[in-house]
Amino acid sequence: MTSIELPHPDADIVDRRDAIVKDLTAIVGARAIISDVDGRRAYETDAFTAYKRLPLAVILPETTEVVAAVLGYCHQNGIKVVPRGAGTSLCGGALPAEDAIVVGVSRMNKVIEIDTSARTARVQTGITNLAISAAVGPNGFFYAPDPSSQLACTLAGNIAMNSGGAHCLKYGVTTNNILGVKLVMMDGSIVDIGGDHLDAEGYDLLALVVGSEGQLGVVTEATVRILPQAEGARPMLIGFESTAKASICVSRIIASGIVPVAIEFMDRPAIEVCEAFAKAGYPLDVEALLIVEVEGSEEEIGDRLAYIAGLAEELGPTSLIISADDAQSARIWKGRKSAFGAIGRKADYLCMDGTIPLSQLTHVLEEIGNICSRYGLGVANVFHAGDGNLHPLVMYDANDLRQAERAEQAGADILRLCVSVGGCLTGEHGVGIEKRDLMRVQFSDVDLAQQMRIKTLFDPAWLLNPAKVFPLDGRPQPIRAGPPVAVTPVAAE
Amino acid sequence: MSELLRPAADWELKSLITQCGEQNRPVEVVGSGTKRAIGHPVDASAMITTASLRGITLYEPTELVMSARAGTPLSQIEVELASRGQMLPFEPLDFSAALASPGGQATIGGVFATNNSGARRISVGSARDHLIGMRGVNGRAEQFKSGGRVMKNVTGYDVARALTGSWGTLAIMTEVTFKVAPLPDDIATIVYSGLPEDLAVELLSLAMGTPYEVSGTVHLTSGHAARIGTAPLAGQKTSLTALRIENFMKSVRYRKSRLIDALKAYGRPVELDLEASLSFWGELRRMAFTPHSDAILWRISTSPRKAADLVATLRRHMPVEATYDWSGGLVWLEIPDCADAGAADIRRAVAIAGGHATLIRANESVRREVDVFQPQAPGLEKLSRGLKLAFDPQGLLNPGRMYQTM
Ligand SMILES: Cc1cc2nc3c(=O)[nH]c(=O)nc-3n(C[C@H](O)[C@H](O)[C@H](O)COP(=O)(O)OP(=O)(O)OC[C@H]3O[C@@H](n4cnc5c(N)ncnc54)[C@H](O)[C@@H]3O)c2cc1C
Repeated sequence: MTSIELPHPDADIVDRRDAIVKDLTAIVGARAIISDVDGRRAYETDAFTAYKRLPLAVILPETTEVVAAVLGYCHQNGIKVVPRGAGTSLCGGALPAEDAIVVGVSRMNKVIEIDTSARTARVQTGITNLAISAAVGPNGFFYAPDPSSQLACTLAGNIAMNSGGAHCLKYGVTTNNILGVKLVMMDGSIVDIGGDHLDAEGYDLLALVVGSEGQLGVVTEATVRILPQAEGARPMLIGFESTAKASICVSRIIASGIVPVAIEFMDRPAIEVCEAFAKAGYPLDVEALLIVEVEGSEEEIGDRLAYIAGLAEELGPTSLIISADDAQSARIWKGRKSAFGAIGRKADYLCMDGTIPLSQLTHVLEEIGNICSRYGLGVANVFHAGDGNLHPLVMYDANDLRQAERAEQAGADILRLCVSVGGCLTGEHGVGIEKRDLMRVQFSDVDLAQQMRIKTLFDPAWLLNPAKVFPLDGRPQPIRAGPPVAVTPVAAE
Repeated sequence: MSELLRPAADWELKSLITQCGEQNRPVEVVGSGTKRAIGHPVDASAMITTASLRGITLYEPTELVMSARAGTPLSQIEVELASRGQMLPFEPLDFSAALASPGGQATIGGVFATNNSGARRISVGSARDHLIGMRGVNGRAEQFKSGGRVMKNVTGYDVARALTGSWGTLAIMTEVTFKVAPLPDDIATIVYSGLPEDLAVELLSLAMGTPYEVSGTVHLTSGHAARIGTAPLAGQKTSLTALRIENFMKSVRYRKSRLIDALKAYGRPVELDLEASLSFWGELRRMAFTPHSDAILWRISTSPRKAADLVATLRRHMPVEATYDWSGGLVWLEIPDCADAGAADIRRAVAIAGGHATLIRANESVRREVDVFQPQAPGLEKLSRGLKLAFDPQGLLNPGRMYQTM
């Protein structure tokens, strides 16, 4: 796929590669830099695999100070920087460039402090999402946002993308669960924003940093909110003969005054693949399946699920299964959480991520089907229904360039559709390179200019994660830093 | 008396700001002015109110979302929500009794512009957590929008959320879109008497660590507790420590008894039923513990772990009454009137504990001298200043209200 334009690398920087690597090695030490081709190859893409670019070098620092020194050096020398966590971005958010270095935080993965009385944990951001919950689990707590990629993805990437997950209906997304960050600015200075208290002082800079896709600074530490684990949780499966009924069911549940922890939706193609993969016990004779989960004590769960079952019964469900025990619950969630992986074993896919008002669900799913069949492509839908965050997986064969291009076009049409019904381009995966050129579908030039002034405030030379988020045309002139300065090593070998 | 400007449409606001820019004439920005006494006094010859930008523009109960123009009275919004069994979950505070401002007139725009959140913030998040979109006009007289009307949206930077708590200094919001929540079926409150502050905060934090979804956690020192009028707490001579549980009736019964069990080391609590609970948390929401007077009022945000120590330190320098909310993470500190409003001592103690302090009630001359919002470290200050310039380079909107030189 080549339809997304990536800027020509800065020849001057590429020519100076050897000197830059030498300087960086002096700053960070040989252990923290990867400069050989094979080593760099591992970082040439993220989970948006159609685009690949070999970075100039990869730095894997172990301290905030090293990150600061690297950024300061790059700032002085006009070198671009692509921050990276685990590289699971689905929108090309972590895609490198030939004239950029990758700064990966994966080695900064320690828990610094857990405070169960204040219900906070301070961690380095290279820690994986699941490792936070694992660290606080023995104390009876967990970290709420749960992207399906949680085993691999880092908190750094979650913060950059403002990631969500199945249980965000009740607990909010990343931005609702971060209290403070340590941010290394492109000029090498370090700023602490927020802290371990609930509301950060002054302007809400945290709101800007969370979701800024690595364009405002490199986040090296964060204080997250942790929550006590529920007494128990149990999902139920509700299958319908039509998506229309399923979507009415979602509306009725929410209107009834119950906000379950999760309401997930799968259509027939998704159900079939996930069932084959995970043996989750999903019914195979339905067009639409809801996974509804509630929390509480055994008795509360029973009451709540019975109530929801009652609401569903009125719509004549094809199938209604309440999970009998923890093992079955785990299988049900395993099926859902491995959906992308399972579909990925069957075909290449583009995962779209538009969010729509729930009232438009039936119409939009129908249109998505139409769009994909117009392009001669298959589609599976598996998504967070409670908050209208769709994930149509547009299937194609990556070896067939024409098909790949059609998939991109179908994806773009789907996102335009989402915006046209009052929704947005991306609910949790981010803009990256993938949706960059669609930003004007959702925003006016004035809206974008306002956002870009914030980018310029944090990174006047526009060196951090270039070519992402904002359309390439219409960007302000970068404000370059002063002349290069001497190298100062910070990491001993 | 300054000139009062009442735009009734976005374009009208835009043209007013354009004129202000041309004449280099700063404006004070208000909703209905209920919180006008918070912040540095704004010196401006004109005032813009959003009061004529009224009306609920979208309400989808099945999607838990509402949009309203900025000047819509909060009371109207709450009535509309209640008619569908819903509410604003973050429970914005009513400052009118504490500041002697006209009651019941707060606007929804003002709620978000000040990130005004009450007791339930501890469990469901603040106003900023519930804002999902806005439209408005910045100090460049540009009409812009951010976010939208859907629950999940990471398209571009989160400018909408960044405007919460900016006190009208960056842009004037003309419409806000926010998440709402179902009203609970039942509410119960358990109240412990006479606990010292450190134990009280410990109890509140413990309660928040249980799975019972406690949705209110306050402690009032005896002076503040004495001002509570809800029976059977009225006339109380000792401190009060209260926990709220909200849910379906059966759940509330179950959770309350489990909680009382888990906390039995702290004594036997008084139980408030639904009606008494509504009255008690209503009093807190109206800040009945600190009615308007000469006394200075500070709002301190810190880690619950540090709160009681911080207040104890201050008590060595001055007489203090305090209401702890958010399981101790928010302290409403009342002290007698004094020259610098206690700023030097309070800010020193906050610097040690971490967090920040905002001066909420003091007379105008004091608010001209003392930093009302927490002075910032140089790195943060630079970003704040840059953000102000990014939205309002001429300094037209509420100049100096948050930071005297911005
Ligand atoms: C199978 C699968 C399932 C997924 N499911 C979900 C889901 O349910 N919900 C969801 O929201 N997402 C999901 N994702 C997307 C992805 O996992 C998230 O976007 C995740 O947050 C990315 O984390 P990462 O560590 O891999 O970051 P990367 O991919 O390495 O980077 C993501 C972005 O973060 C920036 N970044 C990285 N580190 C830093 C830093 N230290 N400071 C500043 N910026 C930084 C990068 O520049 C990039 O823009 C899924 C992905 C896959 C492959």
